[in-house]
Amino acid sequence: MIKILISDRYEISAFRSFMTNLISLVSGLFMIGLVFLFLGVNPFYAVFKIFSGSFGSFYGFKETLTKAIPLILIGSGLTLAFRAKFWNIGAEGQLLMGAVFASWTGLFLGNALPSYMIVPLMFFSGFIGGALWGMIPAILKIRFSINEVISTLMLNYICADFLTMLIVGPWKGSTRFGFPGTDNLPESAVLGLIPGSRIHYATFILSILCAVILCIVIYKTRFGYEARVVGENPDAGRYAGIDFLKTTLILMIISGGLAGLAGVGEIAGIHHYLGYPAAVSSGYGFTAIIVAWLAKLNPLLTLISGIFFAGILVGGDAIQISLGLPAATVNIVNGILLICLIMGEYFLKNKITLRFSK
Amino acid sequence: MEDMIIATLERAMVAGTPLLLATTGEIICERSGILNLGVEGVMAMGAVVAFIVTMTTGEPWLGVFCAVGVGMAISILHAFTSVSLQANQVVSGLALTMLGLGISGMMGKPYVGKPLLIKMDDLAIPFLSEIPYLGKILFSQSPFFYLAVFLAVAAWFFLEKTRLGIQIRSTGENPKATETQGINIFRIKYLSVMIGGGFSALAGAHLSISYSKSWIEGMTAGRGWIAIALTIFALWNPGRAIWAAFLFGFIFVVQYLLQPLGISPNFLSMLPYIATLIILLLISFKDPRRLNAPAMLGEPYKRGER
Repeated sequence: MIKILISDRYEISAFRSFMTNLISLVSGLFMIGLVFLFLGVNPFYAVFKIFSGSFGSFYGFKETLTKAIPLILIGSGLTLAFRAKFWNIGAEGQLLMGAVFASWTGLFLGNALPSYMIVPLMFFSGFIGGALWGMIPAILKIRFSINEVISTLMLNYICADFLTMLIVGPWKGSTRFGFPGTDNLPESAVLGLIPGSRIHYATFILSILCAVILCIVIYKTRFGYEARVVGENPDAGRYAGIDFLKTTLILMIISGGLAGLAGVGEIAGIHHYLGYPAAVSSGYGFTAIIVAWLAKLNPLLTLISGIFFAGILVGGDAIQISLGLPAATVNIVNGILLICLIMGEYFLKNKITLRFSK
Repeated sequence: MEDMIIATLERAMVAGTPLLLATTGEIICERSGILNLGVEGVMAMGAVVAFIVTMTTGEPWLGVFCAVGVGMAISILHAFTSVSLQANQVVSGLALTMLGLGISGMMGKPYVGKPLLIKMDDLAIPFLSEIPYLGKILFSQSPFFYLAVFLAVAAWFFLEKTRLGIQIRSTGENPKATETQGINIFRIKYLSVMIGGGFSALAGAHLSISYSKSWIEGMTAGRGWIAIALTIFALWNPGRAIWAAFLFGFIFVVQYLLQPLGISPNFLSMLPYIATLIILLLISFKDPRRLNAPAMLGEPYKRGER
């Protein structure tokens, strides 16, 4: 007779945490392989192709770093929101709003101002755009107790429609031959790239800075502490007199604002004009949720998990091209990895022992 | 003018049908205390499975049957993580949505843009369909419409009047007390999540084989999320869900009515999402104690924990 005993684990060492995540990821990859097999694709080839496409070559790695920029920016912002148990699923919309605000600045002020003024202005306006879009669900949740998962998602759809409305209507460019999209940003508003790559270094440096600063904010400041209390023990927070509205607003300004910055990077660094929502962001707002989760809600670790998932996005593109798979493939990979990660957490929180008896 | 109003209301009923199905399912699921944010993904799975099976076999009802089966099966994943592993239900539901959208997109790729030639005939109910106005709007609809209304009423009866329904509700209110009554609440929760998944998949099946008769990626267009909002708006009551869903069906349809007036179509397609926020805002002014939300919604239950 084998008896399975399950008991709580009170202390979790960093090593155990790391190993659990690693095993979760590996078993996730194994399950992804099974799905590929089921769909008639050679699983070893597909998984190999994902990683060789993203980390296997210098070119691939440069692309991976390019895509890591928005993931780190959004992901580190989400760690703060998720710590307060504010489920911000709307980073996609906040990114788009940041892109809209930055495009406005770039398109209408870009010709009048020199580069050293217009670029900071674009980052500033992108931050404001994302922050404003992020504040709405914060107010709706605290003042009107509206579930933030639904409100942030609805705001995603609304923002995507709003952006489309702009690019087919008032902002439609004269150089696009009738296709939707704005004109190209003026030269002065375009971000510089690291030569030989598409890495827009201003945003790249910004993303690392943000992750570091957020780490300090969460662990070393009063605000970070309050945000954690709001998430872990709201009753205690209420007794301690924490202003929920203020805390939630600030953390959503940061979380939304960082998503907005990611939008600026995509517009000014990669595309150079505002196009369809699906072109501006390839689902970064959703992938960043897993980036934050894999980082154990530690902003500093999003630097690693962000690069890892950027690799999966780049590798996903590579297998789409070489195996003719649809864009949704990345969703499968993301979904399975996320499920494996939360399953792994069970083994972190609980100690499972097998007892053999006669 | 008169014809246009009738046609609009008729289309509103059609557009409201998937919302009603998904909302009813989510109500049953949430009543057991499990928040399932996977509706959107399961709906997409249901849509693609129903479409593929119908296209290859020519049997729409077989397609529906397979869709419901797949919907229930994939929902077990959410039940496993949230019930057995006590994981965070928000994250688990999101993962299910990603997975559902991903697998459906992959499975459906060869079928994108292919029209479904097999028709599911509208069912005109004898006598009733001859009532002026109402007959056309309510009694000569696709079979899915009657099924959705019937299932919503049945779900209300099931939750309020049957033994199992009461067990589901009490699991969502107070799992500990329910368990002391000798009820296996894990089984109840698994069952509720699976029923919810079956309903979501049924909603998806309606979308692909009756509503648009085609499959494209992203065709669910946030309907699953709207259904989750409607669950709150309906105060977790399938009876209220009926008119809530058809109200939203009307909002989906009214876009096409307003388009000729020169309003931007992109602005109009925002309407259902804005309306979702508005109804949630309206419901927030209600006394929270009378909202009827299951007390333990989204709270993982661990046996033996105080």
